[in-house]
Amino acid sequence: MKYIDEFRQQNLAKQLAGAIAQAVDPNRHYRLMEFCGGHTHAIFRYGVQDLMPTNVEFIHGPGCPVCVLPIGRIDNAIQLVEQHDVILCTYADLVRVPGSAGSRPAAALPPSVAVATGRNSLLKAKAAGGDIRMIYSTQDALKIARDNPCKQVVLFAIGFETTTPPTAVAIKQAQAEGLSNFSVFCNHVLTPAAMQAILDAPEPVQIDAFLGPSHVSSVIGCKPYETFAEHYGKPIVIAGFEPLDVMQSALMLIRQLNDGRHEVENEYTRAVTRDGNLKAQALVSEVLELRPEFEWRGLGLIANSALKLKETYADFDAERRFDMPAIQASDVKGCECPAILRGAKKPQDCKLLGTVCTPENPMGSCMVSSEGACAAYWSYGRVRQG
Amino acid sequence: MCLALPAQIQQIDATMQMAIVSVGGVKVEVSLALVDDVHAGDYVLVHVGYALNKIDEDEAIKTLALFAEAGLTAS
Repeated sequence: MKYIDEFRQQNLAKQLAGAIAQAVDPNRHYRLMEFCGGHTHAIFRYGVQDLMPTNVEFIHGPGCPVCVLPIGRIDNAIQLVEQHDVILCTYADLVRVPGSAGSRPAAALPPSVAVATGRNSLLKAKAAGGDIRMIYSTQDALKIARDNPCKQVVLFAIGFETTTPPTAVAIKQAQAEGLSNFSVFCNHVLTPAAMQAILDAPEPVQIDAFLGPSHVSSVIGCKPYETFAEHYGKPIVIAGFEPLDVMQSALMLIRQLNDGRHEVENEYTRAVTRDGNLKAQALVSEVLELRPEFEWRGLGLIANSALKLKETYADFDAERRFDMPAIQASDVKGCECPAILRGAKKPQDCKLLGTVCTPENPMGSCMVSSEGACAAYWSYGRVRQG
Repeated sequence: MCLALPAQIQQIDATMQMAIVSVGGVKVEVSLALVDDVHAGDYVLVHVGYALNKIDEDEAIKTLALFAEAGLTAS
């Protein structure tokens, strides 16, 4: 495929590996955090890690929206189905994320919905009769709302800045069409805020430089990272998701670290500009605004790190339309997802990995999502490596 | 979640802001609500049913040249 195959060429990968080997200073250790799960998967799927000198370490970041969504929000979504009898539209990964243990008493449920027992998930709620639809696009959710005028249809919106504009489009479209049975359970989160939270943590993980997000940056541009790089003195290279992009970006970061620079550089120039997609940004800021704070799995409460619907679009806000109490929920005992999401632990440090936690029976979100670090270690045979 | 695939625009329906694109030969309908100034034949990044950005061909060529250049300095 054009724009994919060229960026996976083996001979170029070998050449880049040679350039990296030559550029590294053998007396120092390079800790590069790839923020996005998409990069984590490229690193393992294409064996990029094995092409790196031993003193170049990739630290996996929290850039997987399914992984960072707190369990309480999954519980909220399950409640929407079980207690409010809505049609819930969701991106597919989310349906398998385990929610809390237990469920509501049967008496509180509509007669058509049976109680799902044990640790609940949207998939179990669906199996118990809940109307949960897996969608590809927000346009699908709008269509379901049009086709079911007598039912409440809720879009379970999650994702970083990449996935936010399509939600904004759907909300505007619903308002224009007067689609009053449609609403959005908004869980959109922001990348730069999470990067700051990682470095501001009380016991921050040692990170020398960042591989910056690919498609998030195609929307927000390179500019939002500039103050970050300056303030924290950390180099950032916006990197494409193909293996050669990752290698070239690692090389650029290594050169910056060797030179003592901390700039924002853009490797992914074919899709990312300094200003980003201004049309998408305008749509998002017209419809959504910052929440004062939002909980991230693994990172805790982060100020100004998520979005909610603006007052003008309040009619389409599921959190206002339905009674949705904040739910505090705990992770599965032994699950290291929180520490893995902070970069403090690697998936192989988790005792559950590959034993009780597998993609077929995930205990934590990092194994569920196709972008999760645990799923990458499992899928590409890194389970038993130290 | 943030994955996006390069797709070539085949046909545009300007009134509906929709387009038929080809993703590696597979035809998909996507929304053009987030992009301006795209034409049949252009490559766009497609994410959850929306064209997110136009892919800049010149920049892609430059990046590939950069990879090759890195290799030259290494050998």
